[in-house]
Amino acid sequence: MSLEDLKNIPYGKTAIELKNIFLAFGGVKALTDVSFEVKKGEVFAIIGPNGAGKSSMLNVINGFYKPTSGTINFAGTDRGEMEPEFAAKSGIARTFQNIALFKGMSTLDNLMTGRLLKQKQNFLMQALYFGPAEKEEEEHREKVERVIDFLDLQSIRRTPVGSLPYGLQKRVELGRALAMEPEVLLLDEPMAGMNVEEKQDMSRFVLTVNNELKTTIVLIEHDMGVVMDISDRIVVLDYGKKIGSGLPNEIRSNKAVIDAYLGVADDE
Amino acid sequence: MLYKETGQYKSTYKSDHAIFPLIQDKIAFSTLMFIAFLIIPFVINSYWEKAILVPFLIFSLAAIGLNILTGYCGQVSLGTGGFMAVGAFSTYKIMTYFPDLNIMIIVLISGLITAAVGILFGLPSLRIKGFYLAVATLASQFFLVWLFNKVPWFYNYSDTGQITVSERLMFGIPVTGATAPPYATYLFCLILVVLLGFAAKNLIRSKMGRSWMAIRDMDIAAEIIGVPPLKTKLSAFAISSFYIGVAGALYFAVFLGAIEVTESFDIMTISFPVLFMIIIGGLGSMLGSFLGAAFIVTLPIGLKFIMVDLVGLSAVTAKHFEITIWGLLMIIFLIVEPHGLARLWSIAKEKLRRWPFPY
Repeated sequence: MSLEDLKNIPYGKTAIELKNIFLAFGGVKALTDVSFEVKKGEVFAIIGPNGAGKSSMLNVINGFYKPTSGTINFAGTDRGEMEPEFAAKSGIARTFQNIALFKGMSTLDNLMTGRLLKQKQNFLMQALYFGPAEKEEEEHREKVERVIDFLDLQSIRRTPVGSLPYGLQKRVELGRALAMEPEVLLLDEPMAGMNVEEKQDMSRFVLTVNNELKTTIVLIEHDMGVVMDISDRIVVLDYGKKIGSGLPNEIRSNKAVIDAYLGVADDE
Repeated sequence: MLYKETGQYKSTYKSDHAIFPLIQDKIAFSTLMFIAFLIIPFVINSYWEKAILVPFLIFSLAAIGLNILTGYCGQVSLGTGGFMAVGAFSTYKIMTYFPDLNIMIIVLISGLITAAVGILFGLPSLRIKGFYLAVATLASQFFLVWLFNKVPWFYNYSDTGQITVSERLMFGIPVTGATAPPYATYLFCLILVVLLGFAAKNLIRSKMGRSWMAIRDMDIAAEIIGVPPLKTKLSAFAISSFYIGVAGALYFAVFLGAIEVTESFDIMTISFPVLFMIIIGGLGSMLGSFLGAAFIVTLPIGLKFIMVDLVGLSAVTAKHFEITIWGLLMIIFLIVEPHGLARLWSIAKEKLRRWPFPY
């Protein structure tokens, strides 16, 4: 079972497969028999009304929640019960619905944390900060600077992220995930609370990452316009169950999805 | 104008990531080192050594240790006194069993032993946070002091329960024991503080420090990035305890010479003052550790000078006032500048940057 698996599978083939996932917290059933697959290189959206289990779904994918039953495959290999660290090592990065940045650290340091898994020097070398340790720091700094350039974060490099406005914090969080050079990027409502321009910027970033870096994107988003525009395939959850999946056009005309969002009329 | 960054361009990441990126800081630090190494040793007397410089250096080291754990990794600890006692008693026992070992090596091994003990007492941090962890570390404080008091093996079955240092030489000059000259004890502490200070700064600006801060600021996100919480927290406990253990070893061997554990490593004499040092100096700041230590060490001396020598109170009355004023200052400080002296310093730098222009 190699950690390189996700990197090596060809584009268009299944990268992550979830089979019959059940997740319950005591009596609350968060997810019931959800199955879908994410193909390498696509923008995959998970939508659904509030409380449908979308965020729980992401938490299952990156090992933060352990499903009650069901299997998770990365690149065709069963991942069984895994820790978040394992998902991170497999090349899965994520952002959070309620920004989870390291508020006391600068933008630069936040992005540098994205490189932690790739830094190999032991603590004695770090304490001496000499030779290989120093070189390693500089190499990773260079990678991080590319992300800073891409996301236009140059001017806030040294600013503690706690004092940044909301939209920028969201962008820094995307940057931190990108600094991990992930194969699969899980975005939990990356555009929540943004105005139209910010949403356009964010959509552009997401699409560029997908096109240029060939990163697979799994996205949760409430703005249907954005979802329909940028995603390749969509799965719809409601009350923890999968009620539809397919191309954006199919979802738009799916009766069950429309009912879930708009409610069902009494006389039906 | 005095503190001008303009025109100092960085063309490599190396120079941008330096400890002192600005030329003014470099000059200031070099001057400080010049005075510390080449002037003070020639003018030092035993009052300056015993009352100010050596305790300042030792408590700086303890403050760096606690700052790593509390300021950088966010794990509150009240066990500093207990861990310093581990350092002191390790030194004593190693001195007993290896009479020929170099004192520098003894001190460093004592630090390593304290690090191991620190890991042990850091284990609860995986499950508990904040105030609850503070209480758990408080338990370690009382347990360790109790242990060194109750088990006679630690103090070599002496009648008083005291431990006393024997004379050790470094390059033919005694650095411990009653005959050690002031410049020797001072330089011995100074060298350790400078070396370990740089090591701490380097750790903080590389992978390890960022892992600690990630755990401090948002442990869930840190875990998802791939920072293992257990390993990271325990590494903070280990390295922090190493510094505190070395400080404890110096406190016993170089500074006091003879100690009685319940008196010297009490929570009121060590644990709380060191915690105040990092809070007043600045949590999560290397400079803050030094400023805090300097403040707490010199405050009683300054107050005594003012009250006894200038105002003319009797020494006993002054002692009572000292404690009151100390507490009062502490409260005022926390209200006025909760981020500590390090923040005041950075505000001062900000002002110097623009001075004398008003904008």
